[in-house]
Amino acid sequence: MNVADYVSSHWAELGQRTLEHLYLSGVSLFFALLLSLPLALWLGHTGKGAFIAINSSNIGRALPSLGLIAIFVSLPWFGLNDISTILALVLLGIPPILTNAYTGIREVDRDVVEAARGMGLTEWQILRQVELPLAGPVILAGVRTSAVQIVATATLAAVVAGGGLGRFIVDGLSVQDYPQMLTGAIAVAALTVLTEVALGIFERVTTPKGLTAGRGADTTPLVAPGPADSAVRPV
Amino acid sequence: MNPGQPFIRWDWIASHTDDIVVRLANHLLLTLIAVGAGLIISFPLALLITRVNRTYTPVTSFAGILYTIPSLAAFGFLVPFTGFTVLTGEIALISYTLLILIRNIAAGLSNVPPDVKESAVGMGYSPAQVLWKVELPLALPVIMAGVRVATVTTIGLVTVTALIGLSNLGQFITDGINRNFRTPLILGAVLSIVLAVAADLFLLGVQRVIAPWERRARRAAA
Repeated sequence: MNVADYVSSHWAELGQRTLEHLYLSGVSLFFALLLSLPLALWLGHTGKGAFIAINSSNIGRALPSLGLIAIFVSLPWFGLNDISTILALVLLGIPPILTNAYTGIREVDRDVVEAARGMGLTEWQILRQVELPLAGPVILAGVRTSAVQIVATATLAAVVAGGGLGRFIVDGLSVQDYPQMLTGAIAVAALTVLTEVALGIFERVTTPKGLTAGRGADTTPLVAPGPADSAVRPV
Repeated sequence: MNPGQPFIRWDWIASHTDDIVVRLANHLLLTLIAVGAGLIISFPLALLITRVNRTYTPVTSFAGILYTIPSLAAFGFLVPFTGFTVLTGEIALISYTLLILIRNIAAGLSNVPPDVKESAVGMGYSPAQVLWKVELPLALPVIMAGVRVATVTTIGLVTVTALIGLSNLGQFITDGINRNFRTPLILGAVLSIVLAVAADLFLLGVQRVIAPWERRARRAAA
């Protein structure tokens, strides 16, 4: 039996696992955004907490994803269920959003902000009408990084008896069923790359023309600690 | 987890020190091979993309796609061909170091001021001498920063290779999951974080020893 046979006889399961994967990722991204975005915008606007905002990405990098999921599973209050996985995914999804949103807001030209203040805009209006639009692309890049991170890590849910597309790989590995593990691998790889590409396009479409002028190839080195380190951490 | 069981069974840890030492050593070895081989592959590629502009996007995009694919999926692709072996684990681990290393080596090299390179050429340095004696030493801090990120990332990823049966700290995590036993699970996760932090600090020390001028210059500037 090859991959094509396996897929054609497991359509329903593939669909269901994809939905589970999207559900785990979607819920986690929602909570990661809810927890980190308001905090990052406030820190960025006031210029407080630079150390935490910038270094959270580096701390996040040292956390082993599998270990983190496993620790949540082992805590007395959670156990082998989706909540443990979602908590780990939220935690791993926060740093890219926090770092990028903070850096994006801080990088807005201070003269522009002062000019807005001089024109009588309230602090809320400055954030809403000046800083947010100018920082938009950098913030969205952080959200994209976070989303890809979460979709990729959700694969590990299967290791702790959860659902999602990782199920095919974990089950395939345990019984050495090659078509099954290949199916899972292709589906997971496709979903992560698709997330990256789709959000990349969304970013490009929503970026105002004035902000893209003179932007060349992305040559930012992945130096730690650095501003706007928007690279996904492999899982 | 079993109710009534203490949060951590310290006696279990004390009676498994042999396992800890072996798995810690294997964890380090897997990391070392991955970052070492990653450097050997990345260096020529980074040279290429800094010398031939056209190659920048295809090389970094390809490395970027490899980087995005979760390791568990990579095992799913590789196991049918290379089996449950160290080779399978290393192919995945190495492929994750490439993007970080290529980007940082390239950034380090292209940050070297053109004036400095021209002076070296004017003094009669051959292209190879310019690379080894001028460009590389000046690019070293940025390259080392990349090596540090790659190492920390790899140490976290090695734990996942326990799922294809490789010996490393990740085995404590999989043992813990399979036996519903908290102690090894937390031991594996904590040791892996400690190892990552220790490796990062060690490499920072190495960087200061082999490139002391960088720190001196920064202190002078401050």
